[in-house]
Amino acid sequence: MKLCITSQGDNLESQIDTRFGRCQYFIIADSETLEFEAVKNPNIDGMGGVGIQSGQLMSEKEVKVVLTGNVGPNAFQTLQAAKVDIITGISGTVKEVIEKYKTGELKPVEKPSVDSNFGKK
Amino acid sequence: MTPRLFDSKTLLLTMIISIASGKGGTGKTTVATNLAFAIGKAHILDCDVEEPNSHIFIKPEITSKSPVYIPVPEIDKSKCDFCGKCAEVCAYKAIAVLKTDVLVFKELCHGCGACEYFCQKKAIKEVNRTIGYIETGEKGDLLFTGGKLNIGEAMAAPLIKEVKNRVKLQMTNIIDAPPGTSCSMIEAVTASDFCVLVTEPTPFGLNDMILSVEVLRKLHIPFGVIINRSDLGDDKTVTYCEKENIPIIMKIPFDKNIAMAYSQGKSIIEALPEYKQKFIALYEDLKERIE
Ligand code: SF4
Ligand code: SF4
Repeated sequence: MKLCITSQGDNLESQIDTRFGRCQYFIIADSETLEFEAVKNPNIDGMGGVGIQSGQLMSEKEVKVVLTGNVGPNAFQTLQAAKVDIITGISGTVKEVIEKYKTGELKPVEKPSVDSNFGKK
Repeated sequence: MTPRLFDSKTLLLTMIISIASGKGGTGKTTVATNLAFAIGKAHILDCDVEEPNSHIFIKPEITSKSPVYIPVPEIDKSKCDFCGKCAEVCAYKAIAVLKTDVLVFKELCHGCGACEYFCQKKAIKEVNRTIGYIETGEKGDLLFTGGKLNIGEAMAAPLIKEVKNRVKLQMTNIIDAPPGTSCSMIEAVTASDFCVLVTEPTPFGLNDMILSVEVLRKLHIPFGVIINRSDLGDDKTVTYCEKENIPIIMKIPFDKNIAMAYSQGKSIIEALPEYKQKFIALYEDLKERIE
């Protein structure tokens, strides 16, 4: 399964970043092999619409599940349309999150966890 | 600056004076409306479209009301090949192109038309989205045009532009600009012959005024300052203006009659007739500065 974890750094030991649209890195990892790609967020300094752009990036990378802290309404809508599952409220390192995901404990959410522009504040 | 426009017969001048302030609640609308009343024959344009209140003081008889639209894209998915070009060219990030879907976030779209222009498949057509409305009216010799943005709507600038398209030639146009230094304020004051900055002599007032001064200097718009409630603060605003060579064109001391008139939707001129002369003098001063 192709997962994407929002992260503060570029490897599996990094702490996760709670913001989706404005995270530092997207760690795109295979949950079985733990092979991963660290994508520096190209939208981090965007004026607006960053959640939408980051959502589109998930679609381009064919990610199936996004694991992050919070997702705003526009990003949520984009991810849903792209048929990406969304898991919010995670913490710890990227690796811990992947392991926790594999236990089946983490459940996808059905609605955005924060208002628009949350990550800006 | 806009070119000066003269009518050969009457030599009446088209003039645009904008009234701005670094923050809300400084008396911007009070100055705008009283200046209009003192001039008598003028056109007031309320560009504070998020919270318009000039009409409360002008009390115009509204003669027309029309909606304002911006064009937003609509995607025909049967023609679209999901190439992603539209999302790439959209400066406002209002489009997401997915593998088999295109999402348009209409509330982020500025209606620039770039996506339609660049779509090779002709899959985009523009549809109108209402962002607010414009009212026009009259009160004696005063003409009134006011914009009102729909609640929760973010696209103030296109509506302000529409209001400003109604500037009247051969007349004095007074623009009540939105407070602050947002792009709405810039849209409202751009192309004015002169901008009047209304401020209060408090540390916050000064701080916000300095931001406005920086914007006006960048826009090359001549400006002057009116200090409202001029006796209720410190002298730092005056010191700043002197140091920066900014003319202080009027001071309005605190008067509870002015505050009372404001709360009742009355002009200062109505409450304190001696102010009529002061606003006429202000107008004469502004005319001199513009010419
Ligand atoms: S540019 Fe046109 S064809 Fe390409 S994704 Fe956008 S709408 Fe579809
Ligand atoms: S019209 Fe302009 S702002 Fe609106 S979606 Fe198209 S490119 Fe973006």
